[in-house]
Amino acid sequence: MTISLTEFLMLAAILFGLGMAGIIINRKNIIVLLMSIELILLAVNTNFVAFSYFLGNVVGQVFVFFVLTVAAAEAAIGLAILVVLYRRRGTIEVEQLDTLKG
Amino acid sequence: MAWQFPLLSLLIWLPIVGAVCVLLTGSDKHAGTARGIAILVAIANLLLCIPLYLGFDVTSYAMQFQEEHLWIRAYQTHYALGVDGISVLMVILTNFTGLLVVLASSQTIKLRVAQYMAAFLTMQGMIVGVFCAMDAVLFYVFWEGMLIPMYLSIGMWGSANRSYASIKFFLFTFFGSILMLIALLYLYNQTGTFRIQEYYGLPLSLHVQKYLFFAFLLAFAVKVPMWPLHTWLPDAHTEAPAGGSVILAALMLKLGVYGFLRFSMPITPLACMRLADFMIGMSLIAIVYVGLIAIVQKDMKKLIAYSSVAHMGFSTLGCFMVYDIIRRMGSFQDAYMSLEGAVIQMIAHAFGSGAMFLGIGLMADRLANHSRLIKSYGGVAHSMPVFAAFFMLFALSNVGLPGTAGFVGEFMVIMSAFQTHFWVATMAALTLVLGASYTLWMYKRVFLGPVTNAAVATFKDINVIERINYILLAAGVFFVGLYPLPIINVLRVTIGHLLLQSIPTGLAMNVPMGWAA
Amino acid sequence: MDQPLILLATIIMLLPLLGAITAGLFGHRIGRNATHCITVSLVAMAFVLSMYLVKVMLLDAHPAIEGTLYTWATAGSVQFDVALLLDRLSTVMLFVVLFISLAVHIYTIGYMADDPGYQRFFSYVSLFTFAMLVLVLANNFLLLFFGWEGVGLVSYLLIGFWFNKESANQGSLKAFLVNRVGDIGFLLAIAAVLMFFGTLNYHAVFTQVPQVVSRSLALFPNYDVPVIALICFLLFIGAMGKSAQVPLHVWLPESMEGPTPISALIHAATMVTAGIYMVARMSPLFEYAPAVLSMILVIGGTTAFFLGLVALVQFDIKRVIAYSTISQLGYMAVALGASAYDAAIFHLMTHAFFKALLFLSAGSVIIAMHHEQDMRKMGGLAVHLPVTYLTFVIGGLALSAIPPFSGFFSKDAIIDAVHLSTLPGAHYAYYCVLFGAFITPLYTFRALFLTFHTRSRVEAKLRGHIHESPWVILIPLVALAIPSVFMGQMLIGPMLFAQPSLLGDSVFVLPEHNVLAQMARSYVGASKMALDAGMHLTFWFAMAGIVMAWMFIAAHPQWTEVLKRRFHWVYALLVRKFGFDDFNHTVFVKGTVELGDVCYEVSDVKLIDGVCVNGSGQAIGWLARTVRYVQTGYLYHYALSMVIGVLVFLLWFIWG
Repeated sequence: MTISLTEFLMLAAILFGLGMAGIIINRKNIIVLLMSIELILLAVNTNFVAFSYFLGNVVGQVFVFFVLTVAAAEAAIGLAILVVLYRRRGTIEVEQLDTLKG
Repeated sequence: MAWQFPLLSLLIWLPIVGAVCVLLTGSDKHAGTARGIAILVAIANLLLCIPLYLGFDVTSYAMQFQEEHLWIRAYQTHYALGVDGISVLMVILTNFTGLLVVLASSQTIKLRVAQYMAAFLTMQGMIVGVFCAMDAVLFYVFWEGMLIPMYLSIGMWGSANRSYASIKFFLFTFFGSILMLIALLYLYNQTGTFRIQEYYGLPLSLHVQKYLFFAFLLAFAVKVPMWPLHTWLPDAHTEAPAGGSVILAALMLKLGVYGFLRFSMPITPLACMRLADFMIGMSLIAIVYVGLIAIVQKDMKKLIAYSSVAHMGFSTLGCFMVYDIIRRMGSFQDAYMSLEGAVIQMIAHAFGSGAMFLGIGLMADRLANHSRLIKSYGGVAHSMPVFAAFFMLFALSNVGLPGTAGFVGEFMVIMSAFQTHFWVATMAALTLVLGASYTLWMYKRVFLGPVTNAAVATFKDINVIERINYILLAAGVFFVGLYPLPIINVLRVTIGHLLLQSIPTGLAMNVPMGWAA
Repeated sequence: MDQPLILLATIIMLLPLLGAITAGLFGHRIGRNATHCITVSLVAMAFVLSMYLVKVMLLDAHPAIEGTLYTWATAGSVQFDVALLLDRLSTVMLFVVLFISLAVHIYTIGYMADDPGYQRFFSYVSLFTFAMLVLVLANNFLLLFFGWEGVGLVSYLLIGFWFNKESANQGSLKAFLVNRVGDIGFLLAIAAVLMFFGTLNYHAVFTQVPQVVSRSLALFPNYDVPVIALICFLLFIGAMGKSAQVPLHVWLPESMEGPTPISALIHAATMVTAGIYMVARMSPLFEYAPAVLSMILVIGGTTAFFLGLVALVQFDIKRVIAYSTISQLGYMAVALGASAYDAAIFHLMTHAFFKALLFLSAGSVIIAMHHEQDMRKMGGLAVHLPVTYLTFVIGGLALSAIPPFSGFFSKDAIIDAVHLSTLPGAHYAYYCVLFGAFITPLYTFRALFLTFHTRSRVEAKLRGHIHESPWVILIPLVALAIPSVFMGQMLIGPMLFAQPSLLGDSVFVLPEHNVLAQMARSYVGASKMALDAGMHLTFWFAMAGIVMAWMFIAAHPQWTEVLKRRFHWVYALLVRKFGFDDFNHTVFVKGTVELGDVCYEVSDVKLIDGVCVNGSGQAIGWLARTVRYVQTGYLYHYALSMVIGVLVFLLWFIWG
């Protein structure tokens, strides 16, 4: 049995959906939020790799590295912000963070 | 074209430059200098009107004293000025009123004199600019520019509720003129020029004309003001300083009617004809309904403000009756009177209501709490007999008594209204009773009877400057009332030309039979 | 202005204006004596000049002439001129106005002697004279309206002359407003004339009548009105206001708040008769509107009889005469309705003299009584004021139509004329004026007896101070008394029955309406007419009135009390003046104010300003506050909406 592009894309879509749902449904913890973002990026990466393989173009895989780098940096900064946030507000609960409220 | 003396430019920019000079005198330490400069500038400007009037050729309908310079090349915008019979009268009226206001304010304003004078001189220049502009963008710039000094004068020198009034004034007038800008931009797209003259007689479909008409209508109806867009006026009048009220009543309201004559009628004649009945209805509501409202006012300035709305109703009525008159009478000749009446009513109203606002300001200044309520007064004629006599004259002009300015326009419009329909004339003629009721009832409560407020007994009669002001105004009232022919001579050819442009071709032929058997 | 006569008329017209301006602007500088010297001599000059016009126009029968002073305005093909017409009618009016005005000017010197507004008063009276002259000399409707409004204005100013008095201010305002109601009609009539005749010049209008007579105007869809009838109806509304016909008569009694000289000049002799003059002037129009003539008959008759009744219950001496004026104006209107225009003008003239006389005599009484006008506080004054008494009696006899006084001839002519008229309404009017002939002497002599006879009811502190008025007051009284006695006798022949009559072609009567021509057949001469008075019912009615007045007031005053009790509801009705004032006050005054209040409070403040203007401001605020809730501040809400947005766009992309 060969695995076609469709399966890859479905996997990526599921990952993306899970990540999205994590962002939307999650009301508790910002760390989960960060993880959900990672998940979304992963879905993108999967797509990149899959297309790169099936289209025979390496550029896609190069981009994955870029994305991974950015994701790592983002996770680092995100966690740092989180720490500062916790220090200042004493909580990292999403429900409490509504300063943007109009 | 040979070089011409830029008379109109001078008329516009002299007061504005004068305003800058006045501003340079700075604080109230030099108030006397500020007053002096302002009065000199105003007098100079009025004197400049003499060559304007003498040089004006009444036998030509063309724009005269033309000046034209390219302004913005990309949009073909010109600094183009010129006057016809209607605007030349308005320019003279503006400068006349400007002098009165400066003279009157030199007596009453004690705080931030230079700034006040500068605001009014700027306003005067801007208003002259509106009447002279032949380019739509220039017109719009002056039209909006005028709002700023007015807004400031209400907001800074106004009375208690001034911020509400000034914002209301600004929003109302600004909202209207935005739509006018859109209409002008549409016309620019159609013609590729901003020259107002080029817009006349454009073959626009009725549909388009209606949209344009309503865009213009909103801008001008707010200024006139027509019912139901009139509620800013009483507030603005009440809160404005006396000079502001005079400028508002005597000049700003006229811009609305001027707009109808300069834009609506010649540019969108078909729509005007179709919607003439609607406009007549609105004007009649202004005359009757607003007249009724004026009767029950307790504040003198509000009363005169409402009476202004009613009087301007005659002007709009006169403008929009021409279609019905031509349709029913079958000739252009009968429509002259209607438009002449509308224009003369504008001039007459400037004298009458301007003088009354000055008078009210003058009385309020003599009262410690600056009250404008009718019940604060009573028996003023005892302490200020000369002033009471003058005020009587202007009240009578407001009532429309023959021999005073107020009569001429009302008479002509009512005469014309009869030619549209008996009931239109009857409704318009109700003003004879309504106008007399509110004006003379107020006069009775303020001036006659025993002195009820002890402060009134101590009022000093008007001084020399105020007397000069009133003599000038009284001369105007009598001149227009007893001998309006010179004014009509200036108007006649222009109005004839305007009628030709504003009447959709073929209207005069289609006289329905059987109406006047 | 090439004709010297027109120039003369212009000068006559402008002389009083000159006096008014001098007295008004410089009165305080030149002092009292100079003021009255100047104004009186200017009016006297005008009067003397007018005598020359009387000679030329009436005695030498100069044809009517017109002259334009200047063009007031033009509009298209229409031209409005300030132009004068000098014909027989205007000359007659000119003479009457200037005669009475001169008398009143002189009288004023005495009457107003102590008043601080002396110069102002002279200025007003001269201004009035000017406006009245404009009115009678006009050759077109516009100038007529100028004069018409001018006299109305001066009347307003003079009624409110003592502006410290609330009642005077009220009365003046009422007079002005009621007159303005009539003016609506007048102005609309002018508009109709302009529309259908294309000109406002009398002569041009009258010559076009045959062409216009068949035209009609649709007032409502499918409801056409003949143009001439409409014009006449509207004109008569104007006349009703000025000449105090029911229901627009309400202002005249209150005009008595003004000083007495002007009650004589304006509210008896001249201004109030302007409506009568106007209808007579427009006779070429009114003749073609028989329906309007019928209306005039009915309204005039009603005014003549019923308002006369009100005079019976008045106690203010001036108000009695004021109601009598209304009633006499009713007589004149009836004469107009019967197409006896000459008789109307005749009565106008005689009435001007004897009514001015009555008012000025009453003024003399009032001065003697130190401004007391209530007849209940008078009585027995004949001894103290012999000259005044005599002139009052002459005026009263003339008013009561006792031969050979002037009122007899003019009133008898009216009653005869309306008897002969065949128009609908003429019968009603006939009985009204007939019974009016009984009422008139009743109230006149009631006032006479109450004032001059009967036991003195004068307050004690005044009693010793009553003395006859000075000569400046008595001279005008005598000057007016003479024509009040003789004028009727002298003028009835030339006015009514001569061919051509005194007014000649100034008035126009259709042959089928010409009642005066019928009367001329049985006319036997003035003195014979006076001697034959006993053969007519009217005379006995008048005598009965006098006798009744004597019985009820002088002989048996207690009888009036009995009558009051018996007919208390009639009495109440009369005291309330038929309820016109109450009705006007409730319906028009309060109604207008309430309507204004509703318009202002509900419609303007609440609806337009509250709902629309401030409402739209608030609506924007509300919208902003509502939309604000979308902005929760939660990231996941934003994310969700983004996803939904993306999905929507995606679906749109796929299926759209």
